[in-house]
Amino acid sequence: MTVWRRARHLLEARLAGPAVLAVQSRRRLAKLARKPAAPPFGPPLRASVALRGLMERYYLEGRTADGARPVAWITSGAPVEVLRPLGYYVVYPENHAAICGARHAAQAACEAAERAGYSRSLCSYARTDLGTLFSRTTPVGRVPKPDLLVCCTNICQTVAGWYRALAHELRVPLVVVDTPFLQGGERPHDRTYVRRQIEGLAEAAERAARRPLRLAALEETLGRSQETAALWGECLEQGRRRPAPWFGLESFLYMGPMVILRGTPEAIRFYRALLAELRERAERGVAGVEGERVRLLWDNLPIWSELRRLSDLLGRFGANLVAATYTHAWSDCADLMQPGDPFDALARTYLSVLLNRDLATRARDLAAMARRFRADGVLFHADRSCKPYSLGQHGLREKLAREHGVPGVVIEADHSDPRDVAWEATANRLEAFLEGFAPGSGR
Amino acid sequence: MTDGRRVGIDAGSTTWKAVVIEGDGRVVASRVEAAEPRVEAQTRRVLDELLGPAAGPRPPLGATGYGRRRVPDATTRITEIAAHAGGAARVVPDARFVLDVGGQDAKAIRLGPGGRAVEFAMNDRCAAGTGRFLENALARLHLDWADLERTVGAAARPARISSTCAVFAETEIVGLLADGVPVSEVVRGLVEALAERLAALLAQVRPDGPITATGGVARNRALLEAIAARVGWPVRAAPEPQLVGALGAAWAAGR
Ligand code: SF4
Repeated sequence: MTVWRRARHLLEARLAGPAVLAVQSRRRLAKLARKPAAPPFGPPLRASVALRGLMERYYLEGRTADGARPVAWITSGAPVEVLRPLGYYVVYPENHAAICGARHAAQAACEAAERAGYSRSLCSYARTDLGTLFSRTTPVGRVPKPDLLVCCTNICQTVAGWYRALAHELRVPLVVVDTPFLQGGERPHDRTYVRRQIEGLAEAAERAARRPLRLAALEETLGRSQETAALWGECLEQGRRRPAPWFGLESFLYMGPMVILRGTPEAIRFYRALLAELRERAERGVAGVEGERVRLLWDNLPIWSELRRLSDLLGRFGANLVAATYTHAWSDCADLMQPGDPFDALARTYLSVLLNRDLATRARDLAAMARRFRADGVLFHADRSCKPYSLGQHGLREKLAREHGVPGVVIEADHSDPRDVAWEATANRLEAFLEGFAPGSGR
Repeated sequence: MTDGRRVGIDAGSTTWKAVVIEGDGRVVASRVEAAEPRVEAQTRRVLDELLGPAAGPRPPLGATGYGRRRVPDATTRITEIAAHAGGAARVVPDARFVLDVGGQDAKAIRLGPGGRAVEFAMNDRCAAGTGRFLENALARLHLDWADLERTVGAAARPARISSTCAVFAETEIVGLLADGVPVSEVVRGLVEALAERLAALLAQVRPDGPITATGGVARNRALLEAIAARVGWPVRAAPEPQLVGALGAAWAAGR
């Protein structure tokens, strides 16, 4: 780590960059105030400016991070809390891939990975990530090279192969935190097993950063993660209002800081502001979708490349997504991140994430969510890429319809590879489902 | 212009259909044509022919089918699910299950009160198990729809065709013919394979009564019988099955 690199990082990422972004944010806020609402959607959230600023700053910081501070690439559901106190800049390849998806850059990246021999059946996040690595093109400018790779298998087994490929390509150490799948509940040895691995991760992270991890700092970070998750959960709770004060598809974007910045003071500040704004909107009766007629749940990842058309379609039917298993998965952990024994809390938290739990648990959670959010129906996105999330959705749909009277529809698409999204067919199916709630709105 | 008159258009992927109905639901004019690439132009031309050149207000127009958004001046647009459900309920008042086999997709619908679709299943990702599958396969054998019934009747047994993929089935056909399997048995095999697929689609809406078949493919009795044998309920073609979607759209326009 050269002095020169550190100085440049400090200047760009901590001083000049943020100053420029702050000016930009002020301009954007002024513009937002003048911007008329686009019916049927409610006025845009002021927090959208903060969100953009936060994400831009995060990616800007990344551009000059390598060589200036330790860098880790990490899966979304990995115990990032042990890295933050060691000064790591943390890259989330999944988030980066989602951005590529939303900016319509995923296809080219996937194709680059396929040319290198990776199968098209592989998750499009993995292909997008590997593809941007090979082609050296990304909409975020530049992603810093890692000193350490951290992969936790609590979301899928794909990540194990994906990160192994990264370790091979980048020649850096990889730490895998293996989480046994929870059939029913947690068994005592599950937690011990995961805990030991997280302790091992801490040692590897210390080695790569050449610094010791202070327990007090870890506890502090965990406390911040816990607060972030709790605040995010409160934001999502606002969806229970009728009408819901924000548009549910947006919540997929607002989830970003929860994933990539949990454990940092910035994330806490951001969600405090978002929550205040949502509460204020709810008080004033502002609706995410005016004349809200249909309240829906969403299961699985979003279709990043089709957010716009999906919004338009839902808007035409006066339909809002009032809750989603995907966004809520990130608030559930608030209760588990208890202070006291940080390694134990981390093991509990990362063992019990949504995708590491059996279908019976998922069915129960979904039914409870439908009740709490007074949902009229469920949209199940059968995501070609994400096998663990999509497995069992037809059964979940049946169960919810028969036992709880909440109908659902399964739409087949992909979270980021547009070649696996047949929009016309998807839209047709969605419309047919929505016609059942709001006849004649299909215009 | 008679009071209560309305028009329904079903702009499908292979055929374009229109009906004009009176207030009491009587069909006074109809048209079935091959779908042209320009839905707008086709609609304008046929409406001029059916209703006379546009002058003064036109009756309400309901549109359905994949091209529904491109039907100009539609007062109502509904999906084929709603259209076939509503249309079938009009022509077969006690219908409770509908099977529509279109050119590029197939749908099974459970009807609720008032001809509303309360549950549906559809295949929309590929042309396996749709009209296009049979059409492709027949073309390979130099046969057309009109020959189907007779050819199936002549078969002693069905040839075994395992794929309903419109592309792979062709390969299988070539292989079967090369092995000397008679054309009639191959065709019957195709019909059975399609019936298998459609019966599985129907099973998703759990039929417990007779099924009304709509769409052009419903005119094929051999196919309907093969499906009925699998689901255990009679499958009957709706009157003028090809027009059911357009009819449903016309009724929706008058709502
Ligand atoms: S397979 Fe699913 S859980 Fe795994 S990386 Fe892809 S999207 Fe994430």
